[in-house]
Amino acid sequence: MTPLTLGPTATAKLRGPTVTHRLFAAGNHAGLDAHVEAFGALATHDIDGTFIDAVESAGLTGRGGAFFASWRKIAATGSARAGTPFSATPFSAKPVVIANGAEGEPLSFKDKTLLAHAPHLVIDGLLAVARAVAAGQVFIYAGSTSIPAVERALAERPEARRIRVVEAPHTFIAGEAGAVVNRIANGIALPFDHRSRLSDSGLKGRPTLVFNVETLAHLALIARYGPAWFRTEGSDRDPGTRLLSVSGPAGQQVLEVAGDLRLGEVLASAAVDLATVQAVMVGGYHGRWVGPLDYQLSPTGPEGLTVQPGAGVVHVLHTSQCGLEATARIVGYLANESAKQCGPCMFGLPVMARVMNALAHGGCDPRLVGELDRLSHLVTGRGACHHPDGTAQLVGSALGTFADDVKAHVAGNCTKTTRRWHD
Amino acid sequence: MTETLHIDWTRCDGRGLCTELLTPLLGRDDWGYPLVRQAGGGGRGNVDIDDEYAGAAREAVQLCPKLALSISNQAPGVRDRRRPRTSR
Repeated sequence: MTPLTLGPTATAKLRGPTVTHRLFAAGNHAGLDAHVEAFGALATHDIDGTFIDAVESAGLTGRGGAFFASWRKIAATGSARAGTPFSATPFSAKPVVIANGAEGEPLSFKDKTLLAHAPHLVIDGLLAVARAVAAGQVFIYAGSTSIPAVERALAERPEARRIRVVEAPHTFIAGEAGAVVNRIANGIALPFDHRSRLSDSGLKGRPTLVFNVETLAHLALIARYGPAWFRTEGSDRDPGTRLLSVSGPAGQQVLEVAGDLRLGEVLASAAVDLATVQAVMVGGYHGRWVGPLDYQLSPTGPEGLTVQPGAGVVHVLHTSQCGLEATARIVGYLANESAKQCGPCMFGLPVMARVMNALAHGGCDPRLVGELDRLSHLVTGRGACHHPDGTAQLVGSALGTFADDVKAHVAGNCTKTTRRWHD
Repeated sequence: MTETLHIDWTRCDGRGLCTELLTPLLGRDDWGYPLVRQAGGGGRGNVDIDDEYAGAAREAVQLCPKLALSISNQAPGVRDRRRPRTSR
């Protein structure tokens, strides 16, 4: 377990106009008193259906990687959509709200950091959403390292007594929304085949909302300070702030940055020496490698100018490292982390890993690239979750961003490392 | 009315009965799993079935040894009350 560090407070020199302090304003390991002092108390019993309008005006999108508009998710539950009076909703059909703090992505640690230092903000957001949709059941789903802080925070708040805590296993796939629901329903943190949206039919057939914990923390602030305040950071297409897990040769830290920031500014905020940066993996193991640093981090925007931040992973590849080797290691890991339920993923990913490994370590065969393209296309969209799709996306981006290395490797040498192929 | 044949990838074992009954619609991939030649609404786990293949599709649903196939009249994402499986 890596130490949880707060980027903005770790060293004073990191403070700057691009680093904001919204979510961690109550300080380290904030208890209820520090939380209320920093943010003010949130009267969750005053929350009603108009909260959805505030969230829509704020323009918040999910911080777990899918960028779904948060207001749409809240509004999608049957009771909220139909405008049914809460008392008329039978308990059996009442929505379920789940805070998702599972963070199986090895390079992601912002959610653990958030739960460790600002659990009350997440609980506020969860209670606000639960109130807005008149939820029947409310859960916090998180890894074992996060649970003590969550339970301490819950014990401080009588109104949060009905929130149940469910432990997420430490697997890559455990945080996938279907796996979250399956874990709570059946104890198995694996994706399942669901043709309908979880917000229509999820946990035991009830409308189910799965929110990333950071999304809930932002919702807690929107409930207090309103959408106009939320939009004072970021841009129109990417309002507010987001947490990033920044990692690389220089160590790792959590940063809170304004939406739509340039990648170069993000790295500068993280005190990364830009001269040592060869490429950056944005969005994690299901994300993309990008080369130049003038990309904007935004969920929407033209390809080539913007890169989707996914769940907020920013990983730096040093100029002395080989991007193909790094990618081969990751694809091997992802193949191993397949839930092994769906054939194309169970069989396709290990083959992709072998081919990627051959390319990285001197396979010297130009057909390897075509084979990777073919396999990527073969597995994409053919599973109960997006694990194969994300893997294929990372491989495709590696072949593009490291195109010069691909040429060199196929010709029998690597320009980035002095390593020989077969030692 | 166009129906959709849905493949539950978590159940499918690549036995290949569906690909024999619906060869014009379903090929097989490297490992024998059905490969939708033309993806229907909802992606590559769904295939649109018109009247010509409605009978064969029903037969495939009934004969699939892994119970991995289902037919619906609506595009996926509308209403489906199936629950997560209770075991693998």
